[in-house]
Amino acid sequence: MSADTNEVLSRRGFLAISAATLGGVMLAPGVRLIEIAAARAPEQPVSRKVRWGLLIDTNKCAPGCDDCVKACATENGLKNTGHPRTDAQWIRKVELKDMRTGRTNSVPVMCQHCEEPPCVDVCPTGASFKRADGIVLVDRHICIGCRYCMMACPYKARSIVFQSISDQNPDVPRGNGCAEGCTLCVHRVDRDQQPACVEACTKAGHNAMIFGDLNDPHSEIAQRVAKYASTQIRADLQLNPGVRYQGL
Amino acid sequence: MADSLIYRELGGPSRRFWSLLALLAVPLALGAVAYFYMEHYGHIVTGMDNQIVWGMPHVFAVFLVVAATGALNIAMAASVFGKPVYRPVAPLSALVSLALLVGGLALLMLDLGRSDRMIVAITQLNPASLFARRVIFYDGYMVSVGVYLWFLLERRMNRYIRPAAIVAFLWQLLLITSTGLEFGFNFRAAYDSVLYAPMFIAFAAAYGTAVLVLILFAVCSWEERPVAEALLRRFKNLLGIAVGASLFFAVLFLSSKYELARSRDVARFLLFDGGVYTALLWLGQLVIGCIVPLALLVRSQFSRSALAAACALVVLGGLAQMYVTLIGGQAYPQILFPGMVETSSFFDGEIHPYTPSLVEVLLGLGGMALAAAIIAVALRALALLPTRLEVPAEPQA
Amino acid sequence: MKHNGIGASAGRIARAICLLALLLPVLAFASDRVPKPVIDIARPGKCVEDTATMRREHPDMLKHQRDLTMHEGIRTQKHSLKECISCHASTKTGSVLGNNGFCQSCHEYASVKIDCFNCHASKPKRIAGATP
Repeated sequence: MSADTNEVLSRRGFLAISAATLGGVMLAPGVRLIEIAAARAPEQPVSRKVRWGLLIDTNKCAPGCDDCVKACATENGLKNTGHPRTDAQWIRKVELKDMRTGRTNSVPVMCQHCEEPPCVDVCPTGASFKRADGIVLVDRHICIGCRYCMMACPYKARSIVFQSISDQNPDVPRGNGCAEGCTLCVHRVDRDQQPACVEACTKAGHNAMIFGDLNDPHSEIAQRVAKYASTQIRADLQLNPGVRYQGL
Repeated sequence: MADSLIYRELGGPSRRFWSLLALLAVPLALGAVAYFYMEHYGHIVTGMDNQIVWGMPHVFAVFLVVAATGALNIAMAASVFGKPVYRPVAPLSALVSLALLVGGLALLMLDLGRSDRMIVAITQLNPASLFARRVIFYDGYMVSVGVYLWFLLERRMNRYIRPAAIVAFLWQLLLITSTGLEFGFNFRAAYDSVLYAPMFIAFAAAYGTAVLVLILFAVCSWEERPVAEALLRRFKNLLGIAVGASLFFAVLFLSSKYELARSRDVARFLLFDGGVYTALLWLGQLVIGCIVPLALLVRSQFSRSALAAACALVVLGGLAQMYVTLIGGQAYPQILFPGMVETSSFFDGEIHPYTPSLVEVLLGLGGMALAAAIIAVALRALALLPTRLEVPAEPQA
Repeated sequence: MKHNGIGASAGRIARAICLLALLLPVLAFASDRVPKPVIDIARPGKCVEDTATMRREHPDMLKHQRDLTMHEGIRTQKHSLKECISCHASTKTGSVLGNNGFCQSCHEYASVKIDCFNCHASKPKRIAGATP
């Protein structure tokens, strides 16, 4: 088991998972976990063997470029209503300047998909939850709009919808009064596609974002984070985000 | 047993009472209109946004909840800590506590983004959430205070007052501590300090006692109910201690924020450069809410009007404190990258502006009016206060 | 005496109101004043279950499916709201809502509030971006 899944497992669940992992390792040492995940049939639940993550190389991320932000807005139906303070931004570009050295960076910031998400800890109804594969989501069916998750998130990654909306993307339901945030394009991930931001970044040739399974030692993301220095935003909070940054 | 005390409902002609209720119905109706307006158009009609997520309704709600827990102190002093001098006002203390809590909780519920799903908030609890556990604390507190109040009023149950009071006291402790820790355990720079727990206990004692004494004075001005000066002197001392403790913890909290390098910027914001928050902190919370009331209370010569004025100032200071804590704490930006200057289209690294809208204020005042109406109706229907509060009660269990 | 008189007349009024309340639905049916829902199915054929089951159990099916999809990532099509909408949307408005919309007309008739379309799209995805 990876250190990333230190949740309390039932004995039976634990044995089943260890057996599956062990079996996977022994029977086919070369098999990539991502292939197991990708092979997931529609009726199969997501697996805790997977931990989806993002690696963002800030050296390749140009200041002022917002291809990822635009792709996110298109994919998820986030519209500009002319009220910037109440409009949702699931991903935003934060321009950074070191106070002492003057070095600048441009960083896309979205829900960091923490292993220990504070939004999940505080949510009174359990609407804010972490899926087995590490994606942190809001179950709008039971969200009461208390906005406690927005108070608790240290990344400003949660928004609330301030007025009725229509013409949503059928894959991305969203509506008045419920909290929301980056879903890592879970509807795309579930059909083996990349999140919209990553796809847009790659398509434009920036290649600053990699999406993949952090638990799969053969995945590109896992190999990159094993080889190069990467950091997490506010690592001091010990939330172990699934989004990591290179070059900060 | 305090047999010499005769408890009586609020008297007076019913036309006078109905006009009081009609007066209270105005802010209640305005609050209801504000709620339906918000419910219909969404939170876009409030001053809140994705930066300032809790606005004016929370300022009123948290004030009411904090004052509610503190208002029970008098009853607890009588029934847990054996101070019979407070026994005559113990039922009023329990009633005010319950009423303020109902007002505050109603506000929290009506300010939800999906207030139509209130039932989900009560039935579907996430056991890991401090916020959800507070729903249990609220319920436990209300039930235990309700039982305690019943035992106070029901002669046959009088001998169980003390155990009931101890249970209520434990719930009170849980509730007020967790209220403070809601802020204390938050990552935002202005929060993130365990000092919030004792500080909120002191705030609760000050606000709760002040509201209770104001209501006692209101009853006395409604009809002839002589109150012993000895009792009022006790209130004066108690309020003085609570306000002193509030001032102590506020100064300790602010200076600890200032002394620690990692939180110096937010302390500087609150203390010096925060504009309206700085003004409200110094003038509202510290001067009007603590220093002036203390000056009024420590005067050797006792005066009812000075006590009443001190109580009113403590309430005003309390509202200012809640505004600074809640809105000021959110107005200061969340720092994602310490040591870096942040800018973004999502207002990273900026002080967030907030202007409360009229609907929010009306909703908040509606919550206050709800608490007042509950107190008025309960005092009229139940014999909660003795006719004369000047008989020194004998010790009782 | 006076008191009795008031009580008796109040009782008579109450009885009259009850009778009227009981009669109202009958009157409504008799006069056909409540329009029957328009069930306009653009793509006729068999639904995923028979009509009686669908009428009775579609809320439970949707609720069950929603929890599976939301929490476990199970995106089977049979009981998914998206599939309901893509099949049942009106050919004219493209939506399941609207006066003659499949969902709205029936829910209005039954006087049951639908909470789905506060968040969910009431129209199927445009063909250009369609996925299986």
